[in-house]
Amino acid sequence: MSTEKNKDIETTGHSWDGIEEYNNPLPKWWLWTFYLTIVWGLIYTIAYPAWPLIRGATPGLLGFSTREDVAADIAAVNERNAAIMERLADVELASLADDAELQGFARNAGAAVFRSNCVQCHGAGAAGVQASGYPNLLDDDWLWGGTIDDIAFTVTNGIRNEQSPDARYSEMPAFGELLEGDEIKALVAHVRAISGQEYDAALAATGAELFIDNCAACHGDEGKGDQGVGAPNLTDAIWLYGGDEARLAETITYARFGVMPAWSEEYRHGQGLDRAEINAVAAYVHGLGGGQ
Amino acid sequence: MGILDKHKIFETNATVLLVGSLLVVTVGGIVEIAPLFYLENTIEKVEGMRPYSPLELQGRDIYIREGCYVCHSQMIRPMRDEVERYGHYSLAAESMYDHPFQWGSKRTGPDLARVGGRYSDEWHVDHLTDPQSVVPESVMPKYGFLLHRELEAEHIGDLMATNRAVGVPYSDEMIESASADFMVQVNPFGDTDGLLERYPGAQVRNFDGEPGVSEMDALIAYMQMLGTLVDFSTFEPDTSR
Repeated sequence: MSTEKNKDIETTGHSWDGIEEYNNPLPKWWLWTFYLTIVWGLIYTIAYPAWPLIRGATPGLLGFSTREDVAADIAAVNERNAAIMERLADVELASLADDAELQGFARNAGAAVFRSNCVQCHGAGAAGVQASGYPNLLDDDWLWGGTIDDIAFTVTNGIRNEQSPDARYSEMPAFGELLEGDEIKALVAHVRAISGQEYDAALAATGAELFIDNCAACHGDEGKGDQGVGAPNLTDAIWLYGGDEARLAETITYARFGVMPAWSEEYRHGQGLDRAEINAVAAYVHGLGGGQ
Repeated sequence: MGILDKHKIFETNATVLLVGSLLVVTVGGIVEIAPLFYLENTIEKVEGMRPYSPLELQGRDIYIREGCYVCHSQMIRPMRDEVERYGHYSLAAESMYDHPFQWGSKRTGPDLARVGGRYSDEWHVDHLTDPQSVVPESVMPKYGFLLHRELEAEHIGDLMATNRAVGVPYSDEMIESASADFMVQVNPFGDTDGLLERYPGAQVRNFDGEPGVSEMDALIAYMQMLGTLVDFSTFEPDTSR
């Protein structure tokens, strides 16, 4: 502030060591913007839910509701897909391949379902996790059956879970409690023999007998497995929990108990997959390469 | 200028200014916050909600201790893409027994509000022990040590009493039988009638597949029940909320 006082402008009357302060009015544009925001605020509270009353709040003239919005969004998509989803829910899966349009839709919809719900265990590319108990869905080796109906049943009810009464179920005994250590070693040798790996011939001969007595009931005399009880084929080179000696001994000693959740909404408090989505994901998995 | 001149009293007197500011902020608080505690459409009652069982509550404490909330939210927003991926949008009532709630807004990992029942217990053990073994692109740290930390049921009643002090309706009976309920939830061959009566829908099994009650058991028990209590096949959303 210059020492020469400008007499035209009023001061605030404050004075610090002889320094005074002009009392300039606020700029007009600023003042009017300020008034406008107040008016805008009032309009906003009338248009949208705002003022608290005794029991509820004013709903707002625009009828804004996030719940209605999301329900409308979902309904719009459902409506567009309603006709084809209904066809997909009612289709005989075995004859899905006869309807190219429906099959194409099912595989694409199934891919989306797979990516939201299945990839964490079966992997983004559906290759599972090798030797960790999460099956590869790309090959033609199936534990519980690889027809499209089998796959749909597995997705609906899952495996060894407590959710669905129809869950696929079987339980391999822990042979560590039933057999001696060297008997288990012999069995390992036999399993390596029938799966075409290096093995100890003397042990394998004992193992073959033990296999007939202990394992053949589920895995079959030749070790080719039984999809009725989810017993894996031991003669192919595909291992769910690993085929080296240590892993085989561990599997025989402690047994395995792989669990898959049931995905039908029936067993998930209305939050799972509906019939059309199950059919879609079954069509997708069936079409990955190994479907029978 | 009348009333505007009186403003000088505030401007020249720091104590009066302080008291005046406090009053203005108080009015704002009363108008904006207080109604949320009584308005009917902010307090939605839904069927199926129950307080956490002792083991689940312990698991929740481990979840908080390990900072899971830093990367995982527990709040599915009402938007179609979220509902398609995670399930029904979260309801306020689903966090009614959470002190503090775990909504969060940072999603380095996926939302966990409805993770219950999505994966098997074995998957959770594998995933917590070595996340990259099942999700190669994951950046989550390893939590395998949880398997080796055994839990005692000694103080679980105190934890429940503390929760009761902040409003969770644990009954005296629940607190008295806390230790027994805690131990029996991992034992499918035990006497679970009392547990299931007090905590309907509690899942009873050996979550980590190992003997004893480890922190892994508690954490998986908690995660396997997340978002599973409300039956959405019968729930009718009220659109005014």
